[in-house]
Amino acid sequence: MAGGWKKKLMRVRKQFAEKDCSRSGFLLVFGPLVFIGRKERMSHIQLGGIDYAIMAIYVAAILGIGWVLKRYMKTSADFLTSSHSIPAWITGLAFISANLGALELVGMAASGAKYGIATSHFYWVGAIPAMVFLAVFMMPFYYGSKARSVPEYLKLRFDERTRCLNSISFAVMTVFASGISMNALAKLLHQLLGWNYDVSLWICSAIVLVYVLRGGLTSAIYTEVLQFFMIVLGFAPVVYLGLKDVGGWDALKGSLVKVAENPAALELNTGTFQGDAWTSAWKPLIAGPSANPMGVDWFAMVFGLGFVLSFGYWCTNFLVVQRAMAAKNMSAARRTPLIAAVPKMIFPVLVILPGMIAAALALTAKDGYRLPPKIVSESAYVQAIAAVKDAATQKLDDKVAFENVGKAIGMKLNPGKVAAAIKDVATLKEEDLKDRLQDAVMENDYDGVILSLVKKYCPSGLLGLALTGLLASFMSGMAGNVTAFNTVWTYDLYQAYIAKNKSDGHYMWMGRCVTVVGILLSIVCAYLVSRWSNAMDIIQLVFGFVNAPLFATFLLGMFWKRATSHGAFFGLLGGTLTSALFHALTSAVGNTPGVKGGYLGVVQIFPSDMAQNFWLAAFAFTACFVLTLVISLATRRTKTDDELKGLVYSLTPKVVDHEQAWYARPAFLGCVLLVGCFILNIIFW
Amino acid sequence: MGLDIRWPIGLMFTAVGVLLALQGLLAGPEATKPSLGININLGWGCVLLVFGLLMVFFAWRGRENAK
Repeated sequence: MAGGWKKKLMRVRKQFAEKDCSRSGFLLVFGPLVFIGRKERMSHIQLGGIDYAIMAIYVAAILGIGWVLKRYMKTSADFLTSSHSIPAWITGLAFISANLGALELVGMAASGAKYGIATSHFYWVGAIPAMVFLAVFMMPFYYGSKARSVPEYLKLRFDERTRCLNSISFAVMTVFASGISMNALAKLLHQLLGWNYDVSLWICSAIVLVYVLRGGLTSAIYTEVLQFFMIVLGFAPVVYLGLKDVGGWDALKGSLVKVAENPAALELNTGTFQGDAWTSAWKPLIAGPSANPMGVDWFAMVFGLGFVLSFGYWCTNFLVVQRAMAAKNMSAARRTPLIAAVPKMIFPVLVILPGMIAAALALTAKDGYRLPPKIVSESAYVQAIAAVKDAATQKLDDKVAFENVGKAIGMKLNPGKVAAAIKDVATLKEEDLKDRLQDAVMENDYDGVILSLVKKYCPSGLLGLALTGLLASFMSGMAGNVTAFNTVWTYDLYQAYIAKNKSDGHYMWMGRCVTVVGILLSIVCAYLVSRWSNAMDIIQLVFGFVNAPLFATFLLGMFWKRATSHGAFFGLLGGTLTSALFHALTSAVGNTPGVKGGYLGVVQIFPSDMAQNFWLAAFAFTACFVLTLVISLATRRTKTDDELKGLVYSLTPKVVDHEQAWYARPAFLGCVLLVGCFILNIIFW
Repeated sequence: MGLDIRWPIGLMFTAVGVLLALQGLLAGPEATKPSLGININLGWGCVLLVFGLLMVFFAWRGRENAK
């Protein structure tokens, strides 16, 4: 019996291998990407039929969710705020999934390679304490005030001006954020899979559009939960294989010590560091900016990132807060960030560890693995190939030829590889020559780190799963942005200033329209960023200006009843101007005055861009805090104690947790999370 | 809202798990080369399948409870 079964299996295997029957039939959804303008190169990842099949199943599942939810969308509140109907575990996972966009996944792996374990500060210093604070102290006001959005809370607490300022800056930022992430994804798919940039961009956006349009926020939240599992289960095996390949955690640490002692070997950093710079989170930080690859001092890290930027993001950004506000009751709303904090705490394994593994692998380079090089553009190829051919035909001196090719490509190149390419040029096809030139590039493209591991370890099948995880992270981030954008537009701008007192059906219609508009605007923004690379720097700069002071306004608004609307508005404005001024007067090592700062003269030079950002946040926050405080004391209150009930801490009856068991109360859960976070910091000290 | 999210999650991962496991069974030893000789498709496919079935089971049980 057993023998017959085995024989049968062998026969099927053979057929399978011969016909590759998995390829046929599954090209339904992603088929167009393959056929329209796909240029195959050796350097591209090759996908099999099963990989497309997995993507197709995923797309079918998320579209199916939108399909089913359509019938529950009766009012504008159903569509834009889910009418407070969703259980906490779902909003909790959606909360974290909306934050886990493609940029986070790709960017954190990049930082893992560049900075090592210190990247975890974004999680264990930055995110967790802020999430606990949101759950325990701030959620009661957001949820209890019956505001439908964060800007609307500002209106209830202060006045229309602050709301208007906040909602416009938020709406603009979400569109740009989503555009930047779309551009990043489409570029990645183009560079690594050879998919057409435009087709990838439009198809992925269209999928998000369809399910958000049908099921609104509920659809976005439900799919985010599915996407959460897809991302985690898609990337976990890659991390497992990578860790196994480098020989486990201890071997990884051993390799990273060598990386730290000579990071120039991998083009990671020009300095040299103590052996623990990539493997200790705190020791290099406390030793000062020159002792850690981030170039940051501990105060900027703890106050700038840990307090100002993180609390500003997690506690005031409507993109995440909206998920908690959709929960079915106060207790579920408060548990949302706490539930989200659990996966957030272990995410470094999924997103930072791959970067560290990549750095270690590149150092040992057992099988020729290297950190992915920066991608050479088609126009640079044309010039570089001409330069190579010139050098070969005119028999130019090696040094001159190398300089010419380097000039054409515009990046740091490996002389040996360029010389070899020149020598072999007569026998190489054009595509092969391109691959050789690409391989000669020494500068790293950190954003490609995570996919380089996927490419290295994943056989057909797992490959599809990991790429679907990447697509899922992109879609969850984008749907998060779009649903936050349409709510703020409809309730805080359209209903507040453009068309008051219309029927609910009208706002529902507007919500749907603006969903389409939001996605179209993001696409425009994606093209803007792809065509004009400075755009990205400028947009992120403006994000920084607007975000940095915001938390001071909320902090004073929620916990100090004396804060007045004049104080809030001018404090916020003053904080934003302070960040702009700070940026104009400071610079970072290696930057020339311009878009990266210092255009009004350089008063202070920071050791790195990151240090400059953290200090900027610290200054802007302090300015906003002090200005709001002083102006509030100098102006008269416009709202009575009674009007501020439910909006300010001292005037609101405390939320009674007594009907819950002690272990289910937010304060207790928050403490457990903080202790866990503290322990992690000690372990990786 | 009337949809139990565990249904689509469960069904999706069940389908993906079956596909991956089948790929692992059928693709032969050649295909395990990139994954350090481990038949990761088969192993991870089974993990996904179990996860998917658990989700489906809980969704099914939840439906009974709702009634």
